[in-house]
Amino acid sequence: MSTTWTAVGQIAIVVLVLAVAHRPLGDYLFRTLTSPRHLAVERLGYRVMRVDPDAEQRWSTYLLSVLGFSLASVLVLFGLGRLQDRLPLDLGMAPLDPAGAWNTAVSFVTNTNWQWYSGEAAAGHLFQMAGLAVQNFVSAAVGIAVLAALARGFARHGTDSRVGNFWADLVRVTVRVLLPLAFVAALALVAGGVIQNLGAHTEITTLAGGTQSALGGPVASQEAIKELGTNGGGFFNANSAHPFENPTPWTNALEVVLLLLLPFSLPRTFGRMVGDRRQGWAILAAMSTLWVAAVGLLTWAELAGPGLVPGTAGGAMEGKEVRFGEAASALFAASTTMTSTGAVNSMHDSLTAPGGGVALVGMLLGEVSPGGVGSGLYGMVVLIVVAVFLAGLMVGRTPEYLGKKIGRQEITLVALSVLTMPAVVLVGSAIAVSVPAGLAGQLQGGPHGLSEILYAFASAGNNNGSAFAGLTAGTPFYNTLLGLAMLVGRFVPIALVLALAGLLASQRKVPEGAGTLPTHTPLFVGLLVTVTLVVVGLTFVPVLSLGPVVESLS
Amino acid sequence: MTTGSDTVALARQTWAGLRVLLVLTLVLGFAYPLAVTGVAQVAFPWQADGSLVSATGERVTSRDDAVGSLLVGQAFDGPQWFHPRPSAAGDGYDTLASAGSNLGPQNEDLLVAVEERRAAVAEEEAVDPADVPVDALTASASGLDPDISPAYARLQVARVARERGLSADEVRALVDDATVGRDLGVLGEPRVNVLRLNLALHTMGS
Repeated sequence: MSTTWTAVGQIAIVVLVLAVAHRPLGDYLFRTLTSPRHLAVERLGYRVMRVDPDAEQRWSTYLLSVLGFSLASVLVLFGLGRLQDRLPLDLGMAPLDPAGAWNTAVSFVTNTNWQWYSGEAAAGHLFQMAGLAVQNFVSAAVGIAVLAALARGFARHGTDSRVGNFWADLVRVTVRVLLPLAFVAALALVAGGVIQNLGAHTEITTLAGGTQSALGGPVASQEAIKELGTNGGGFFNANSAHPFENPTPWTNALEVVLLLLLPFSLPRTFGRMVGDRRQGWAILAAMSTLWVAAVGLLTWAELAGPGLVPGTAGGAMEGKEVRFGEAASALFAASTTMTSTGAVNSMHDSLTAPGGGVALVGMLLGEVSPGGVGSGLYGMVVLIVVAVFLAGLMVGRTPEYLGKKIGRQEITLVALSVLTMPAVVLVGSAIAVSVPAGLAGQLQGGPHGLSEILYAFASAGNNNGSAFAGLTAGTPFYNTLLGLAMLVGRFVPIALVLALAGLLASQRKVPEGAGTLPTHTPLFVGLLVTVTLVVVGLTFVPVLSLGPVVESLS
Repeated sequence: MTTGSDTVALARQTWAGLRVLLVLTLVLGFAYPLAVTGVAQVAFPWQADGSLVSATGERVTSRDDAVGSLLVGQAFDGPQWFHPRPSAAGDGYDTLASAGSNLGPQNEDLLVAVEERRAAVAEEEAVDPADVPVDALTASASGLDPDISPAYARLQVARVARERGLSADEVRALVDDATVGRDLGVLGEPRVNVLRLNLALHTMGS
C-alpha cells in the first residue's frame, strides 16, 4: 500500500473512533455537569474538604474559586519543585531553581505543560506523580468547569448571574470522567509497553558491552491523563517520541484519540446544556473542518519533504521515529497543536518549513479547533459571538446567540478575550527579539530563529506547551517571561468568559424572530471558520511572513 | 466591593482550594498511580518493568539479567553488529538525555552532517551513496529509536554476514524474522528492531 493511502487509513481510524465515542461521552459529560445528585464518595470528599457543593455561585464567586484553587495549586507545585530533594523517590534530583520552579508550577496549573527541564534528568518520581500528574487532572477539569459555567449562562434566564458551583464541577469532572478514563487508558498503554513502576534509573550493561541506564517511573498513569487532559507534559524529555511513553504505532493512534476525545465530545455536551443539539453539531463541524485541514496540510508537507535537508536526505525523517514515520508524526503534530496538548511524537523544530508553519498556525488560531478540554470550546463560543456580531452589523440587526442579546457589554468582554492571546504572543516575542537574553536562546539564527521564539510565545500564550525545542528556554529570562505569558493567556480569558456567563445568565430570553441569524446552518459554520481564520490572519500575518513563510520560500 | 474585601474573599477561596487540592492529591497523586502500578505489575509485569531482555533473548524483569529493553535503542558500533540510527541523545543512545537534534530543515550544519553520514554509510556498506535510506542519515526524535527501516537493515546484511562468517542468506533470514509491518495494516511504518536482530545474531553465534 502506498504511503499516502496508509496516511489516509490511520486518519480514518482515528476519525472513526471519535465519531463513535463523542456522542455517548458528550451525553455522559452532560449528565455529570447537570445531575442534582452527588455520589457517596463525593459527599464524603466535600465533608472532608469542608466545601458546600450545592451553593449556586455568582460568576464573581465562581471566578474567585477558580483563582483561589489555581493559586493554591501554583504555591504547592512551586513548593514541591523547590523541595523535591527532600521528598521520597527523589532519585537524587536537585531542587528546581526559583525561576524554573515558578515556570513549571504555572505551566502545569494553566494546562500548558511547557517544559524547560528534561524529566529524566531533573524530576523525581514523587514530584511527577503527586505534583505534575495531579495538575494534569485538575487543570483539565478547570477548563471543563469554566465551559459548564458559560453554557449555564446561555441556558439560564433572569437569574442574579449564578452559573453553578465550581467545587462540584471540579470534583465531578475529575472523579466521574477523567479518573476512570485515565485508569483504563493507562492500563492499555502498559499493555503496549509503557512502563509503570517506582524503580529508579540504574545502569545496565548492553549487548555490545557498553552501559546504559534502565529507566523507571510511574509513566503510564501520567501518560494517560497527559493526553486525555490535553496537557502534554512528558515524563521524559522526548515526550511522546520516547519509546517508554509511546512504544508502538497503535499506542500512538490511541494517544491521538485520547487527546482529541474530550475536545470533540464537549460540543455535544454544550448543545445539550443549552437545549439545542444542533448548536453542538455546528460547533463540531467548524472544529472538524479546521482540524482536518491542518492534518491534511501537515501530512502533505511532511510526506513531500520540501526544503534543503529533507531534499538531500531523501525524506523528512530528522526528528522522527521509524515506527511512526512521516504520516503518523504529522497526524500527531497537527492534533497536538490544534488541541493545546503540546505533547510531541516528533521534534517540531525539525518539521519541514510548511509543516512547522501549520503547527504554529494551529496554535495561533487560539486553540479552538478543537482546542484544549473546555478551553477550546469556550474559546470557540467567544468566536461565535464575534461571528454573530459581524453578521448583525452586516444586516443591521441586534445580534443574538442562543436567545441572548449580544450588547455593548457582552461584545466588549468578547473583544478583550480575543485580543488577549495575540497581545501576549506578539508583545512577548517582541520583547524576546529586542533584548540579548532573548536572542541568546535561539539555536539557529535567521527566519528559523524567529520561528523558534514566536513558537515559544504562541505555545505559552495559548497554553499549548509544545516547542521548537532548539530554543534554550531554561534561562531565568524565558522561564519568567513565558510563565507570565501562560498565566495571562489562561486566566484573563477565563475571567472574561465567566463575566460573560454572568451577564448572560442575568438576561431574559429573547424570543427567536424573523431577523434571528440561525447559528446551526452550514452557512454559519462557514462564517465561523472564516472569522477564526481572518482574526488570526490579520493579527499574525506580518510576523509569520518573517518566520516560516520566508523559510518556506527560501 | 472594595479591594480589601476582594483580597479577603480570594484568601478564603485559596484556603478552600488548598483543602480541595490536598484531598484530590491523595486520590490522583497517590491512590491512582499506585493502583495502576499494582494492576500493571500483576497483569503486564514484563511491559511495566521496561520490556527487558537477557543476552539469550529471553524476557526478564530483573535488570541484573538484562542487556537492554526491546523498546529502547542502544549503541552498536562494531562492524559485526547491525547499526541503529544516528542519535542526538547525549553522546548517542543516552537514556538520561533523550532528545532530537532540533535542527531545522534549512540548517547548514545538519546538511553537512547528512552528507557526511551518507558518505560514511556508503563506504562501510560498499554501496552507492544514493542507496542509503533516509533513516540512516537522520537522528530520531527521542535519540532512542529502537528501530531502523527494513531498507537500512537489508543494506547492512552483506557486511554483517562477512564480519561474522555467516552466509548472506542466513543473515537476511534473521532480518526478515525481525521485520514488523504496520499495525492494523495502516498505522505507523514497517520496521526492524535493532536489538532483537542483534540478539538473534548473538545467540546464533554462541
